[in-house]
Amino acid sequence: MNNVVVRDYSIPANDFTIAGEASSSVRKILSQIGVTPDVVKRTSIAMYEAEINAVIHGNGGQAHIEIDENKILIIISDQGPGIADLDLAMQEGYSTAPDSIREMGFGAGMGLSNIKKHADVFEIKTAVNEGTTVYITVFFKPVKN
Amino acid sequence: MKIPEIAELIKAEICTNNYDANMDIFSACSADLMSDVMAFSKSNALLLTGLVNPQVIRTAEMMDIKAVVFVRGKKPLETMIEMAEEKGIALLATEWPLFIASGKLYSSGIHGSGE
Ligand SMILES: Nc1ncnc2c1ncn2[C@@H]1O[C@H](COP(=O)(O)OP(=O)(O)O)[C@@H](O)[C@H]1O
Ligand SMILES: [Mg+2]
Repeated sequence: MNNVVVRDYSIPANDFTIAGEASSSVRKILSQIGVTPDVVKRTSIAMYEAEINAVIHGNGGQAHIEIDENKILIIISDQGPGIADLDLAMQEGYSTAPDSIREMGFGAGMGLSNIKKHADVFEIKTAVNEGTTVYITVFFKPVKN
Repeated sequence: MKIPEIAELIKAEICTNNYDANMDIFSACSADLMSDVMAFSKSNALLLTGLVNPQVIRTAEMMDIKAVVFVRGKKPLETMIEMAEEKGIALLATEWPLFIASGKLYSSGIHGSGE
């Protein structure tokens, strides 16, 4: 597989029934091209957490993915409020999610740390009142250090 | 333990048709917070929950969870059943509360540690 697969998805704001469609679609592509289940799961978890964040914190946004023979790159961006203190946001348990989100089962403040745990490369660019972009790379084979 | 055996043990109704009745379930996770489920990483797993919304099915899909048990008499919504049928995830519903259903399964051999 030498071709690069590129997909773009829009992530609607505040629509909890659709939240996760992009991650679900990417999951199917990875399974179809024979990526190992462990890598599919790590990618799914990282992308789903980022997608949920765009829905609940970023007023919706976009997902862009690129797959080549070695890796998948996921870029999830929104034009929401941005993150003022990224170190604080990265801490496990820190969340600004309202109770309405918690009642839906989210907002435990574990998302960003969970993405970091499952991604091989994880980067966030954010600016207050401009938005947030999350870059996630997962390699299909273990990378030697 | 197989899904029909699980259903019998916790007196659950199986609400979907498209699942693998021969698959062996080794581990389980009981949670109402999907964020906690996302931090769980066992395979061939079962989720027990009192939360009823489409994100439960979505979370199960992402986590490779093969079956979801709704406790305390909660029933999955029609949209959730459709999603689960498409993804081959079994949905079960029991009148039993979360603690009792979990305890019954634990004492019958699902220990949550079988990777
Ligand atoms: N896309 C985003 N836009 C704005 N704020 C965000 C975004 N993603 C995360 N945050 C901030 O970082 C916090 C921690 O995120 P996370 O670890 O995913 O936990 P949770 O989503 O459960 O609150 C959020 O509560 C929110 O304040
Ligand atoms: Mg989050």
